[in-house]
Parts: sequence; structure tokens; C-alpha cells
Amino acid sequence: MPDVRVVNVTKKYGKLYALDNVSITIHDQEYFSLLGPSGCGKTTLLRLIAGLIEPDSGEIYIGDRRVDKVPPEDRDIGFVFQTFALFPHMTAWSNVIYGPKVKNYDAKQAETIGHEVLELVKLNERLNAYPSELSGGMMQRIAVARALAAGAKTLLLDEPLGQLDAKVRNEIRYEIRRMAKDLKLTAIHVTHDQAEAMSISDRIAVMKKGKIVQIGTSQELYMHPNSLFVAHFIGESNFLEGYVTKANGESEIELRQGLVVKAFNQMNIKPGERVVLAIRPETCEMKKGHVASENCLFGRVEKSTFEGIVVRYEVRLENGDRFVINRPSLTEEWSKIGEDVTITYPLDKAHLFPYPESGLAEEIKV
Amino acid sequence: MLSKLQNTLNSLSSKKSLKYTLYISAIIIFFALILVPPIIGIVIKAPAMQSFLKQPVLVNSALGAISNSFIIALIVAALDLIAGVPLAWLITRGKSRWLSVLDTFADIPFVVPTAALGYSILLFWSSSGGISTLFGSSLISPGWLLVMLLHFTFSFPVVVRVVVGAMLDYKMEYERASRTLGAPPLTASRTVTFPIIKPSLIAAFSLAFARSLSETGATFIVAGLVFQNGPVFIQNLSNGLKAGTISQATYEGGTVFASLILIVVSLIIFGLIRVLGQKLTLPFGKGLPSFEKKLSYKKAAWSRNSIALFVFIVIVLIPSLFVALPAFQAIATGSTLAQALMGQGIWSSFWQSLFLSYSLAAIVTVLGILTGIPMAILISRKTFGKLPSTILDLLINVPLIVPSIALGVSLKFFWQGIPGIPEFLLLVFAHLAITYPYFVRSMSAAMERINVDMEEASRTLGARPFTVFKTIVLPITKYSILSGAIIVFTRSVSETGATLAVTSNLVTAPVLLVKWVNSVRGIVAPIAGVNALTVGLACGFLILFSFIILLVLRLLTRKGKI
Repeated sequence: MPDVRVVNVTKKYGKLYALDNVSITIHDQEYFSLLGPSGCGKTTLLRLIAGLIEPDSGEIYIGDRRVDKVPPEDRDIGFVFQTFALFPHMTAWSNVIYGPKVKNYDAKQAETIGHEVLELVKLNERLNAYPSELSGGMMQRIAVARALAAGAKTLLLDEPLGQLDAKVRNEIRYEIRRMAKDLKLTAIHVTHDQAEAMSISDRIAVMKKGKIVQIGTSQELYMHPNSLFVAHFIGESNFLEGYVTKANGESEIELRQGLVVKAFNQMNIKPGERVVLAIRPETCEMKKGHVASENCLFGRVEKSTFEGIVVRYEVRLENGDRFVINRPSLTEEWSKIGEDVTITYPLDKAHLFPYPESGLAEEIKV
Repeated sequence: MLSKLQNTLNSLSSKKSLKYTLYISAIIIFFALILVPPIIGIVIKAPAMQSFLKQPVLVNSALGAISNSFIIALIVAALDLIAGVPLAWLITRGKSRWLSVLDTFADIPFVVPTAALGYSILLFWSSSGGISTLFGSSLISPGWLLVMLLHFTFSFPVVVRVVVGAMLDYKMEYERASRTLGAPPLTASRTVTFPIIKPSLIAAFSLAFARSLSETGATFIVAGLVFQNGPVFIQNLSNGLKAGTISQATYEGGTVFASLILIVVSLIIFGLIRVLGQKLTLPFGKGLPSFEKKLSYKKAAWSRNSIALFVFIVIVLIPSLFVALPAFQAIATGSTLAQALMGQGIWSSFWQSLFLSYSLAAIVTVLGILTGIPMAILISRKTFGKLPSTILDLLINVPLIVPSIALGVSLKFFWQGIPGIPEFLLLVFAHLAITYPYFVRSMSAAMERINVDMEEASRTLGARPFTVFKTIVLPITKYSILSGAIIVFTRSVSETGATLAVTSNLVTAPVLLVKWVNSVRGIVAPIAGVNALTVGLACGFLILFSFIILLVLRLLTRKGKI
């Protein structure tokens, strides 16, 4: 059963580093996602693992076998393309049994496999239709069935849900995970949709500009982001800029206009250094009026948006910073625009980071 | 002034009546100038066939010549595909930057006028100065083999161009998908790539087939005295008429007979290719993938590329340019070059013919673009519905399959019935008829590839139809317009058969070259001052000027000025 290991892999296009000395291990039977904004190198990494492109340097292993010089047809992988890449001149059925046929299985064996995988993707109709006659969801199922029918133990998925509408996408993502788990496959799933990655992955690697910035479970990435980029890219965060004024345990941070707040200083940032405090909108409480308490911020509601489950408020803090907070829409009285409010945040869910050299905007740019 | 004109065109382009007037004019021009005249020209002379049919020797000779035409065209088109696809593959898939140079070189046989090409091939394969020097005697005598080599040479670039275009448009994702499913590269090509680009492969085959079938001037040079194909048979009839060995009625009857059979059989073959081509599928071939795997990897691919390059360089490129060698000798001697540049003696008629050829080609190209663009829009956008577009699409091909000499003769038959038509106009009509399909085909294919959303987006942003065409369609299709224009221009400059047929007084460069070549070869009475050096230099000039014009066109497009 294959672990997939990528060791110090670099890939350049001209002067641009698509991947810069990347190393990663994906465990056997793990459902793993590569997550990042467009151009971060996640598809390049997937294509390198598939053998569709060759690395400039570094090593790639599938199981114990080094494969970076092995052509894709000998890597024993299944690949689902973003555009599905169903062969337009073949029917859905011919597409599905293409893999067994090129692998010289006899006709009966190919047929059995074909029916088995179609059973898995719950599709047994319109098999004589050509891809152009199928809906997006059907094409997606055929693409997955085709990749599975080739008998691979490693399934590589390149934004496989990108072409589908939201409802179908939500349904199919759990099905793909279920199939991968049922068949005990190692699956690597590329996506730029953090909700998709978080809902189906055992672990996620967040990528930025050709590098992996953090690897972890959904919870780890959400609860303990190791950088401003991850704090921003996974979920949403308010970023408050300031300076450390006291640096023992519960540090004090002086925000703009002398507003002082508290935060845990897990990175041991020294007093006087410039910092950014990241607080997620959904971790905060909000009360009407200005009521002094621990770890609180005073402000006034500038905008409120009903988003279904939550109401999203944009609050102008007393020091002029803008702060976003999400509150349950059904269990709480809504605040009005222009209303004074007090926001409290839990210390253990506020993350303190050194101010980035390139500036905050550049650091979190996607 | 210019913006005023633009505004006028813009407001005019919004009027539906004007749009439809333009489209209908394009259809009328196509029928009146391109499609109908050659057909009527043949039909009105059909009674002349009676006297021809009474001469069994000539009839047998015609039938033999016509079957030669088809056999050669089919074999050549097949060989073109076999050799052209690997070269197109190398050009589009290779990683070396030198491949763009190779891509440009692949066009060279386009640039060489076919008459000069014929002479070049003759010199290379058959004369004592060419490759035959290595063998002590003439390697390939004029005849069917030399005709096949010639046809292979001039139709090869057509195949490469079409297949390269198809491969560039092809989504590599399909092939990658096939590879990830376990198919070695060759299996992926056979089972996925080739079936997807099959329409282009069929188009390439058909174009090569049609080119082989219709070429006259160069074929006449390399055919020798014994071998005849259809166009050479018609040319021999014409020569016989001029020499007084056959009657006007026999000439007309024989020409109509040969043309009719060529046209009818071609139409049948094209119909078959169209119908059978769509149904043709390659068997999956159990076990083949393992064999193909062995052929797919580096050594085999290297051998395949080497053979493709070797065939291109030795059979296409060098023989095409071989005619330029005496030009260097002529330059070295100095006196021939000086005479040529000063236009002394025979050179005055050469420069006149060259001027005529290029003026004619320029006029035909402009007319082709002006009349071809509305037709291309009609076909690609199905303006008048699906069926009329399909019918127009089919009819466009007709001038492609008629042998150029037969087209010329039938046009002459038609237009000579209308008094007062200047010979130059006749030449323009003949060249327009021959080149029109190439432009429309190239342009309509490009238009089909444009996403209509882009044009609609432009309209929603406030652009009127003329502005949409100028700012969206034109920039996107400029490469196809250029390719179409290049083919029209070079075909016109190199066209010999139809030109010979429609002219009595005007002499274009290829016609003059044919005369000179025949004089050098002793087929006609010697022309004073014409020898191998002068012919070589004349061909050299023609190639050089055509190459410069094409280069300028390419550079202009690259800079985005047109």
C-alpha cells in the first residue's frame, strides 16, 4: 500500500519557482488535500506526482519505488482532471473501461471492473451517451469511475469539483471520500476551496508561492494557524496591528491610538516589536452598549448583513480599526447599525504573530 | 477622416438590411465568378465530346492518364500523411527552440512556384548535376516516379500545416488522461489523439489529394515524354492544338471529357472520404499497447523523429531549393546577374512577367479576403441556417478538386462567349476561383474556434458589429487570415495550368519559366539567351521575392500591426 513521498522537489518555469524545495509525506490510505490560492503550485505538485511533468530536482516515491523518472502509465495512479478530460469520441462506458483495455485485461474482466466502478459511483444509466450529452455531475462520476477502473491504489484529484454547481459539489465531495476510504486508496485532492478541503480531508497542506506553509488536520489549521497567511486563508480573521508592551505569558499589546489589549504570546515576541493580533469573527461575543470586562473591545456597528445561519457585523473600534464579528442569527437579538457594542474575545483563540517584513497586505495576499 | 469613416461603417454595420446585402453579395459573387463559370464552360462544350469519343486511341490515352492521376493522388496523399504527421508531431511536441525554425522551413515548398519546383525536382533527381551525380547516371528519369516525388514535395507542407494547426488546437489533457490510465505514448496517440483530430487528418489527406490531382505546370515538366496524368493529357492536347496536330473539336472534346471524368470521380471520392472517414475507427488492438510501449520510448522516438526529419530534408527541402544552386553560379559569373538586373535581352520579359505575377497575386489576395470573409462568416456562424451553411461549405470545395488546367480551360470556354472581357480580368477570375476555397476554409475554421461569448460581451459593452469585427474577430483570427492570404498569394504566384489555359498574350512568371525550361530541355525551339544558368537565376529570384514578401507578412502579424 503506497505512501507518497515528495523529497526536496523543485520545479521552475523560466525564472518562476512553481515549487521551491518542497518535501511532504502522504500516508497510506490517507485522504490528503493540497490547498492554496491560484498559482501556489498545488496542481504542479499533483502533476509531478502523476508524472505529467518532471521535476527539475528532488525525488518522488510512491510506496517504496522512486518514480520521478517513471512515465505516468507505469506509476499506478488514477487521475481525475478538473475538466474531466473524458474522451469526446468515446461513450461513457468506453471511457470507463479504457484503462483495463490499455492494460490488456481480457474483455470480460474489463467489463466486470467497469460495472463494479459504476456501481461505486452510483451510475448505471446513459452509459451509451457521449460526454457532450452528459450533465456536469454525470461527467464527474464517469471521470472518477474511469480513474478507479484502472485499478490504481493512488487517486489524484485536480480540483475535481470545480466545474460543478454548489449543491452537486457538496453532495459529491463526501461520495469521493467514501469511495476512497472503501477502496483503501491513498487520495490526494487539489482544491482552492477551504470548506471543501476541511470537510473531507484527513490532513491538509496549505501552499503559498511554491512552498508548503503548514500541514495539519482541519482543526489544527483552523485553531492553530502557524502564520498570518494560514489564519487568513483558512476561515477568516480580524488583523489588529500593534506593538508588544509587556511580554510575560499574557502579553499586552498596544494597538493604534494607544488602545491596549491582552493576548497569549506563544511565539515569545519581545517588547517593542511590531505585531499582528489575529482574532476569528466567530470566536467573539458581542454585547450591546459599552460594558467593561476582560479582553474587550468597544466599538459601533457600521454594517450588518444577514447570511442565513449568522449575522455578520462590521464594527468600527474606538481606535478606528475595523472588526468583523459573526453572531448566530436565530438565537440572539440583532444589533442595529449605529449601536454601541462591546466585543469580547477568548485569549486562547487570539493568535499573536510578528509583523511580516513584506507588510501585512502582501503577506495575506492570495 | 479615418474616425469619420469608422463611425460611418459602424452605424452602417448595425443595419440588418446592409448586413444581409453584404452576405447575399458574397453568395452571388461565389456563384457568379467562382462556381458557375467553370461548370457552364464545360457543359456548353459537352457536344464537342462526340468527335473526341470517335477516336479510341485518344480516349484510351485519356482514361489511362486519368487513372494515373487518381492512383498517384491517392498514394501521394497517403505518403504525405505517413511522413507529415511525425514531422507535425515533432514540431508541436518537441522541446528544442530550433523547432520553430523547422516550422518555417516546412513552408518553403509553398514559396517555390510549382513550375520552378518541378524544374528543381527534375534537376535534383534526374539531371547529372543533382543527386544523380552520386550514382553516375540519372537516378530517376522523368516519369511516374518523379511525378510522385514532385507531388509529395508540394503537397507535404499542406499536410504539415493542417496537422500542426490541429495539434496546436488539441487539448493535451486528453492524452495526459490516457497516460494516467496506463496507456504508453503511442497507444495514447492511436486511441485518443488521432481519433480526436481525425477531421483534420481527413482534411489534410483531402487537400493533398486535391493538390496532386489538379497540379499541371510542374507535373508537365517532370512527366517526361511518355507518362501522362489527367492534367498533362489536357496540356498535351493544348500543345497538339497549337502545333496543328489535332483539331479544335478534338481539343475541346478531349478537355471536356477528361475534366468531366476528373470532376465526377473526384466528387465521388471526396464523398466517400467524407462518409467513410467519419465512420473509420481504428481497432483497439488487444496486445498492441505492449508492442507500442516498446516503440514509445526514447530510442524509438529518436529514430522516428530522425526519419521524419530525414524525409523532410532529403525529399522535400533540398530538392525544392536545388534550383537555386545555378542561381549562385549565375551570381558568381557576374555577367548573367548584371544582365538580369539591368533587364537586358530575355530578362526584360522576365521582369515584366514577374511584375504581372505579383500584381495579379496581390489583387487576387485582396479580392479573396474581401469576398472570402463574408462567406466564412456565413459558413461558420450558420447565418442562413444549418442546411444552407452545410451546402455552401461543400460547394466551396469544388474548385479545389478541378484540375487547374481544366478549370482554366472551362473558364476560357465560358468567358470567351462574353465579348470584351480583358485577358487580365480572365486571369483574375481564374486565380480567384482556384485560391478562393483555401482562404474561406482557413477563415471559417478560425471563426468557428472563436467563442461567440466574446463577441456578445463586446456588443453588451456598446460595440457595434463593425467594431466587434475590428476589435475582437480580426485580432483573434489574424493568424488564420494571414495563413489564408499566404496560401492565396503563393498559389496565385505559382499557378501555371489555369494561367496557360486562359491566356494568349499575357505571360506570368511561371508560364515564362515553363517556356524557358522547355527551351533548355529541348522540348520546344530554343529561345536565344536561355540556358540552365538563366533558368536557375530566374527561379532564384522568384523564390527570394516570394520568401521576402511572406517574411514581411509574418513579421507584420507578429508585431500585431494587422
